[in-house]
Amino acid sequence: MSRVKPKHQRLVLGVMALVALICAGLLAAYALRNNANYFYLPNQMASDPPPTDRDVRLGGMVEAGSLRTLNDGVTIAFNVTDQESGRIPVRFSGIVPDLFVEGSGVVAEGRLTGEGVFRATNLLAKHDENYVPRELEEMSKHQAEELVVEAREAQ
Amino acid sequence: MIAELGLAALWLAFALCVLQLGAAIAGGREQGAVLAAIVRPAAIVQGLLCGIAFLMLLWVFAITDLSVGLVAANSHSAKPMIFKLAGAWGNHEGSMLLWVTVMALAGALIAGLERRLPENMMRATLGAQSFVALGFYAFLIFSSNPFARLAQPAPEGAGLNPLLQDIGLALHPPVLYFGYVGLSVAFSFAVGALLTRQVNPDFARVTRPWVLAAWICLTLGITAGSYWAYYELGWGGWWFWDPVENASLMPWLAATALLHSIGVLAARDALRAWTILLGVIAFSMSMLGTFLVRSGILTSVHAFAVDPERGAFILFLLGVYIGGALLLFGLRAGAVAEGERFAATSKEGALVFNNVMLCAILGIVLLGTLYPLLTEAFDVRVSVGPDYFNPVSAIFVVPMLIVMAIGPLLRWRRDSLERIARPAALLTAVALVVLGFVALLFEVSFLALLGLALSAALALASFMPLRGRRLARVPMSVWGMVVAHFGIAVALFGMASESAFTVERLAAVEAGATTSVGPWQVRLDSVEPVAGPNWTALEARLSARTSERGAPTVLTPQSRNFWAPSQATTESALATRWNGQLYAVIGNQTDDGRWQLRLWWKPFVTFIWYGGILVALGGGLAIAGRVRSDLRRRIVGRRMAERRADEAHLEEAAA
Repeated sequence: MSRVKPKHQRLVLGVMALVALICAGLLAAYALRNNANYFYLPNQMASDPPPTDRDVRLGGMVEAGSLRTLNDGVTIAFNVTDQESGRIPVRFSGIVPDLFVEGSGVVAEGRLTGEGVFRATNLLAKHDENYVPRELEEMSKHQAEELVVEAREAQ
Repeated sequence: MIAELGLAALWLAFALCVLQLGAAIAGGREQGAVLAAIVRPAAIVQGLLCGIAFLMLLWVFAITDLSVGLVAANSHSAKPMIFKLAGAWGNHEGSMLLWVTVMALAGALIAGLERRLPENMMRATLGAQSFVALGFYAFLIFSSNPFARLAQPAPEGAGLNPLLQDIGLALHPPVLYFGYVGLSVAFSFAVGALLTRQVNPDFARVTRPWVLAAWICLTLGITAGSYWAYYELGWGGWWFWDPVENASLMPWLAATALLHSIGVLAARDALRAWTILLGVIAFSMSMLGTFLVRSGILTSVHAFAVDPERGAFILFLLGVYIGGALLLFGLRAGAVAEGERFAATSKEGALVFNNVMLCAILGIVLLGTLYPLLTEAFDVRVSVGPDYFNPVSAIFVVPMLIVMAIGPLLRWRRDSLERIARPAALLTAVALVVLGFVALLFEVSFLALLGLALSAALALASFMPLRGRRLARVPMSVWGMVVAHFGIAVALFGMASESAFTVERLAAVEAGATTSVGPWQVRLDSVEPVAGPNWTALEARLSARTSERGAPTVLTPQSRNFWAPSQATTESALATRWNGQLYAVIGNQTDDGRWQLRLWWKPFVTFIWYGGILVALGGGLAIAGRVRSDLRRRIVGRRMAERRADEAHLEEAAA
């Protein structure tokens, strides 16, 4: 083992490196299929719910009038909707992002529970006029226009 | 006028760059040999011109010249001076100008100072450097001119993203860019060596300081960026596997591999083709990072421009440079003679193993970063987070750390495992004891447990190369290795400890009430409005104490509202102790008047960044040691030449 035939050393090293890298690639591909977090719109989540043991992302608008704080003072409940009929109730414990208000866009990371409530572990909101979570960018055109108006007013 | 001066300097530099490339190509032929003499001066003047252009940009930002589009879009007259200046590179155009400037200055530096290599290789290197720079000049001038004027001067600037108005972040981009661009020098040297077929230890010795310097900058840049994300975002995490973070991590991984393999080439004349390939990969990762960040293909606070044309331009450059370099490598690699051989159990063997591990980790990070882009092509939106990166990279990190512990104990060329059996057994024992101790006393995740055990063994192992040596005689570069490896152990300990022992408390608290987190009792004294130069805030006063006696530590987290541009941020407050940090964030007021507080007690979290600083310090020691021994070698060489001349004189006189 300790003595490689000198003539082939470079070849052997190259092949070993290649094998290691291919292993890494296969492993990565396998892990990615199982661990990537898929993105859902509310109506997609309602019609085809993700498994409850899987982290996913839910994106949409915070429904006007649905936002309330529970008694513990740190948990909020609200509905995420899209322009269609989908509506998913969400709960989140923590400090909400700075630009999180009713009617604004949001992406929630977390899991759907058995009762159909989405338990968010993290909320991503519009950061400023330049930073919009990618998923929100391609929402309805109407909403995009609203965002632009909002951003102009903010300036 | 100032903006026009800057633009003129930039155009002149661009022209000189074309001239430099032409002269380097023509200089290789017989009829063009005269031109060879202008390659170095062209590089030096080009560096100066770029420096002037960048100074002009700083100037227009310093005086807030609102007729310049870039200033109007990114600055504001009410901003503190330091952030006005930082605003110059806190945007797409300015940061690209900074990139080009650093690259031109690096080119000027090698043109002016480097005399050790054969002239034809220097010419090829400077030619390659100008070829790479050319694309970035074109990008800057034709698609992102930083000096463009507005038809109508703006009444007031739009301001800089408040998240970026932070001293750490003002320095973060320049440091990272020095790293990226340092790797461009290594890339140019590699191309020069390939073109002139001189892949040898001399090439390695000349390139090594650049790789080291780039690697130090990347290390510091990543460390600073991680700390910034930790305290500025207010999420309590120190690494988010954000694509932009990955974009800086990937060149670091490649540079780490390159650094070690170039050391083998310099010391032992082995791993020739491999080192060249790593040089190409390292700079490719820098450019890929720039592409990912600058093209706007990924969104984050870093993605200044969402402009498909620019993205396409950088992608095109990326294709030309990486494709071209790999093609050149493929054509010439066969011609690079195989270097010295070595046995599998040897210092070289260990270094090669870890090189491969680093490349595997690089591949895993790369795939994870690009995967969302791939799936998007099929209209499936995914995001990839720690669930993927942590366990999958650990599969390769763990064996790498083990080999890193024992590798430095091995001898060059050939060694046997029996010879290092005793230190290896000692290290295993230490790791197992820590493992058992932690597993019995605490309930922690497997990866954190492994991290704690490995960090203990690694910390001990990092000092083992000093065993049995007279400390005063140990070369500086060995000290560099010891300190850097120890830094890795320290950082690993911080990461594992943070992940294993962090306690979090989320509560709604009335003014005057007390809550607890870990060993701390935290009292909310008051919440008051305060005002800064361009923001207003609600500031909470928290008194934190760990025991009844003694004065409490006061923390003042804020919820800030900036007005230019209008944006709200949470400013966390930290209380640092030797054994960890108390981290506090204030949220909204609830309807019944309580305030939301989020507190973390993070034992030994600071070790993550101490470790990063130690790693960079180790790099600094290595550079100092190499430069000193190079100088000494030069002085000795000169003395020898003088003595030989003297002897020749004497002999002549005697005859």
